[in-house]
Amino acid sequence: MRPDDRKYLSSHEWIKIDGDIGIIGITDFAVQELCSGNESDLVYCDLPEAGRTVDTGETFGEIESVKAVADLNAPLGGEVIEVNAAIEDHLEILADDPWERGWLIKVKLSAKTSDDLIDAAAYEALIAQEA
Amino acid sequence: MPFIQNTDADRAEMLAAVGVRSIDELFEQIPAGLRVEQPIDVPEGISENELWAELNELASWNSTAEKGSFLGAGLYRHYIPTVVDSLQGRHEFVTAYTPYQPEASQGTLVAFFEFQSMVAELCGMEVANASMYDGCSAVAEAVLMSTSITRKRKRVVMSAGLHPHSRRTVRTYLGATDLEIIVAPLGADGRTDFDGLIDDQTTAVVVQSPNFYGVIEDQEAVAAAAKDAGAISIASVYPIALGLLKSPGEAGFDIVVGDGQSLGVPTAMGGPSFGIFATRNEYVRKMPGRIVGQTVDGKGRRGFALTFQTREQHIRREKATSNICTNNALMALRGAIYMAAAGPEGLREVAEHCMAKAQYAADAISALDGFELPYAASGFFNEFVVRCPAPAKLVNRAVDAAGMIGGLVISDHVEGIDERDLLIAFTELTTREQIDLLVKTLSSISQTVSVG
Repeated sequence: MRPDDRKYLSSHEWIKIDGDIGIIGITDFAVQELCSGNESDLVYCDLPEAGRTVDTGETFGEIESVKAVADLNAPLGGEVIEVNAAIEDHLEILADDPWERGWLIKVKLSAKTSDDLIDAAAYEALIAQEA
Repeated sequence: MPFIQNTDADRAEMLAAVGVRSIDELFEQIPAGLRVEQPIDVPEGISENELWAELNELASWNSTAEKGSFLGAGLYRHYIPTVVDSLQGRHEFVTAYTPYQPEASQGTLVAFFEFQSMVAELCGMEVANASMYDGCSAVAEAVLMSTSITRKRKRVVMSAGLHPHSRRTVRTYLGATDLEIIVAPLGADGRTDFDGLIDDQTTAVVVQSPNFYGVIEDQEAVAAAAKDAGAISIASVYPIALGLLKSPGEAGFDIVVGDGQSLGVPTAMGGPSFGIFATRNEYVRKMPGRIVGQTVDGKGRRGFALTFQTREQHIRREKATSNICTNNALMALRGAIYMAAAGPEGLREVAEHCMAKAQYAADAISALDGFELPYAASGFFNEFVVRCPAPAKLVNRAVDAAGMIGGLVISDHVEGIDERDLLIAFTELTTREQIDLLVKTLSSISQTVSVG
């Protein structure tokens, strides 16, 4: 079971809301799909600079493996206030701990909700279909 | 030999099949007055040998580039060393289409890796791709790339000195987007005036140097103005000129593009050509087209493979860096061979010859009554505008009568240009005798006009 303290997008991002701050990352399933279990296949992650505003659903960056490039989409919009600087040089963090140490950006939320957000149970059901 | 190769028997069989007795009966429904009754008045057939003799005789009446050509305007006639044709014509290169499988194509991949390295060095940039279609599409791809770097900005500012074909290609590429295109005008000195046009909504600033009118632009100033506004600066270059001129990388540009034809490809009535494209390392993932990278194989041996393919259209579809489908690889290969054969010293020598010949011509022409070089004071490389005392079209006719090919009548290609403006170019293949004959021809026009 994936953590139920947060919401998910069907495109495999998660957001954990703490007051007016949203912490955004990608799921273990996303990492698995990108690198097929070989974490060294992740080669690049492009994240925005702090200060940039992203809209709900907007692409804020991209992650690249040797076989594919995937967009990173914002579950909720707002101003990017912090970026996980460790990720760029240590992509293995995403495979080791996508839920805590593998967060990507923190956003000061301007949107509080979105119809596209689903809970952990719904996300589980979704990936059960995809797998 | 008849063009339609059916025998009398074939024809009889076909007529029988459709149920008529003769060709005349087949065409009966065409009114008699419209049918050709007499044999058509053309000469009898001649042998291939006689035909060549006749065509060669006719061709010898033409003005040809060998007798002298002053036409440039984007494509330039340079000497092509024999090694270019001889290596490019090898069957390993000419017979393969998209020869990029690393297990089968190390030769091609090495050639393009070298190509990229030489283009990057020439442009003063960190990374180059394995070429584009041509200079115009390279400019347009650079503008597209700038939009993916700057995001959400509204305007592209391009110089009126950019080749008109490049400007049209940019308009085509951006036609389906919301981006606005602003054309920065040329000042009286022939350099682009970007004053007040670059701001925080500018995606890219595009300039060509030497520009379409031959004028060397103030590259540092343009790159700096773009940088101050957070815009991407794009320089379109003439690779041969980089043998002498400061590289756009040194001048501070973010993307350098250009037409590669001058590097070992014949002018060939306009094509095919190839484009060069170079940028800074930080933008390599935004760069369009094919990129060859150096790697090691399973046994640790040095090898080459295409890289960043995940960003190309066959994988990334509508989010690809570009929809460009080929890179005119065979022409780019010629460029690689040319650059390797010439080397930095050779390129410098070619550039010096071009510039010296243009300077010799400029001095002589500006001394003629009635002829002006309106932008020469701003500096030029191998090409400049001559304002003639008569329409440029008539001047070209006189040059043609002397057996040579004149320059470009600019007003045929750009609206609002004085019809007396003629753009003329010089390369290492232009001889002193040809330039002297050009000057003599112009001088006779000058006398005709002043006599009235």
